[in-house]
Amino acid sequence: MIRNDFRILLVDLTIRKAHIVDLPGRETYIGGSGLAAMLFEKYGDMAAPWNDPKQPLIFAIGPLTGYFPLMSKTVCGFLSPYHGQYAESHAGGRSALALRFADMDALVIVGRADRPCVLSVGSRHMEIKDAPFLWGKDVFTTGKMLRHMLPGSGTRSILRIGPAGENGCAYACINVDTYRHFGRLGAGAVMGGKNLKAIAVVGDASFPLPEGKQYAKCFHEIYDQLTETSMMSKYHDLGTAGNVAALDALKSLPWRNLQATSDPERIDGISGEKFAKDMLLRNTACSGCPVGCIHIGYLREKFMADNRYLYKQVAYDYEPIFALGSMLGFGDGFKVLGLMDAVEREGLDCMSSGVALAWATEAMEKGLITEAETLTPLSFGEAEGYKVAIGHLGAATNEFYRLLAQGTLVAAKHYNGEDFACVLGQEMAGYATGETFFVSETLSFRHSHLDSSAYSADQKQQDKDAGKIVAGFVKDEASRCVLTSVVGCLFARGVYTEERLKAALSSLGLQNVADNLTKAGEAIQKLRWRLRLRTGCDPMSAKIPKRYNEVVTWKGPIDTAYMEELRQAYATRLLELGREEDEAGQ
Amino acid sequence: MKTFFAARMDRCIGCQSCSLACARLVHKRLSWYTAGIRIGSSGGISTGFEARVCLACDPPPCAAACPTGSLTPRKSDGGVKQDRKLCIRCGKCVAACPVNAIVQDELNNPYMCIHCGRCVSFCPHNCLELAEKGQANFVQEVAE
Repeated sequence: MIRNDFRILLVDLTIRKAHIVDLPGRETYIGGSGLAAMLFEKYGDMAAPWNDPKQPLIFAIGPLTGYFPLMSKTVCGFLSPYHGQYAESHAGGRSALALRFADMDALVIVGRADRPCVLSVGSRHMEIKDAPFLWGKDVFTTGKMLRHMLPGSGTRSILRIGPAGENGCAYACINVDTYRHFGRLGAGAVMGGKNLKAIAVVGDASFPLPEGKQYAKCFHEIYDQLTETSMMSKYHDLGTAGNVAALDALKSLPWRNLQATSDPERIDGISGEKFAKDMLLRNTACSGCPVGCIHIGYLREKFMADNRYLYKQVAYDYEPIFALGSMLGFGDGFKVLGLMDAVEREGLDCMSSGVALAWATEAMEKGLITEAETLTPLSFGEAEGYKVAIGHLGAATNEFYRLLAQGTLVAAKHYNGEDFACVLGQEMAGYATGETFFVSETLSFRHSHLDSSAYSADQKQQDKDAGKIVAGFVKDEASRCVLTSVVGCLFARGVYTEERLKAALSSLGLQNVADNLTKAGEAIQKLRWRLRLRTGCDPMSAKIPKRYNEVVTWKGPIDTAYMEELRQAYATRLLELGREEDEAGQ
Repeated sequence: MKTFFAARMDRCIGCQSCSLACARLVHKRLSWYTAGIRIGSSGGISTGFEARVCLACDPPPCAAACPTGSLTPRKSDGGVKQDRKLCIRCGKCVAACPVNAIVQDELNNPYMCIHCGRCVSFCPHNCLELAEKGQANFVQEVAE
């Protein structure tokens, strides 16, 4: 239900109790990204490490969640095991609507259970069940067992971790409803550190609609924009995978640990068109989103002689195809689906895993590591070795995999392979587009290609004006803070203009939030950076590895002097954004 | 009479736009549950989706079970009309439904499909249909 105050369910796993907490701040923090940051400031300890039991794991939705289409995402806020700093990850599935109908703006989990457990919450229940028998189980088995253990089939969202999260992998993800993830910066390890194998959110409440005609009118206008115009068609047609061939043609698709940016011989085997024609089984959607951008591929594997086969359904997107496909030298989409399935099983982030293994492969080629470390041969384009390695990465089998599971740069430092580690803040996203993107991903808040439109800007001719580009990054981030606070899918950013967001908020009776939207976006942006700096971030020290100086895109070689100028300008600006308010004289 | 059919559920992507539309437009609620049509997986999301919805029994056992006349059979072709003013929230209709298509909210108000078809246009994959009984197109249309 819409309230001006935030309604938080605070669960303490140590004492196995929960409290409802009402907090003011809607006008300033909106929900989602803003609310998660506000809650981290309140409950987080800036000086304690990520795995201190008292650190909160936060799941926040926004005022438009469930009320409007594509308002279908949840923001997870946590202290990242990857870099020890405050971080966010976003996911959809049913999670956002389940939280809405469980009647909470955020679920905050603190403490550490004394044994592995599963948390189940809803509008009328909170239960912590012991589940030591699930510990060590992969993501698929865990999902099947949970479906029988938990209430609310059809109106629930299940968040679960795999072995990677249990073993503290710094890029373990939280699997959401099988095909979506809180990925990248290690939220899965935070869950694992709390002995929390899974969370079920049961959306079992129902609310009255806002009064008056404004809501219905606003809903239909937005729904028509999303479904009757071509604005969203690319997302359900080929989906994000449609970019694979386009980026390769632009000499911007990383191949074989970014040793190349295009591979005309292999690209046709992993293009979005190839996946759609030969591998696409069906689409699914997040709850409340009629677009249905989730593409499910079909994987058939012979596991025994005499024609014994099994089949799998594997969600694919641009980024997994890049990280486990081109980055590992594959020109066969079926093999890429096999690796995605292996990564999913372990509960690893697919992008980080693929980039980490690409580094390991090149390190092996260069003789910096051998099979004594990797326990299996690693070679670009050879799937079987990678499948074995992915299992070791999830299980953290030996020192090499324990280091690699803490991040590619951690292993690279140990084995002297930093120059060719494809790390831009974290393992890179699949855009070798140029200086703008490399700097943006290195420094931006989520180290995500969705933090700004940098990868898109790189694809056009632009002035090398660092000041102007940095101003664009900052403005872009503030406006995205608004969308991820209400909380909308970033794919809908073309539909949800500021004007439409204001109308939507106003139709729910949140005129005060609508009136303050731009200012709130800027305030949320600053709060996030303050939290980031307080938890140890030093933007000036973030370096771009040497490999990026060697990249050749459609524009030619990288202009390293300009890239360095841009990096310093953006880092300087981030220090200003994250300056403490009293120092800034505010 | 026209009757609602979840005719092509093998196309369903699980977006629940139909449930949300029914709750919003017919029952004036924000919900994915207190609706005449509810979407669930058929045993995990990898198995596809099914609709829990009135199959237009004729005669309808829910109407026969209703002790107050709140539910009465439609004029023809199965299904029921609901007069909420007469409902005493006893839940007999829920127990009588053979396909689990009626739910109660936390105040025990029952929700069922009344075959109005208002959800149909919200389905992005054309899974749903309002048609004369026997006329619904259950066959997959060939893609253009």
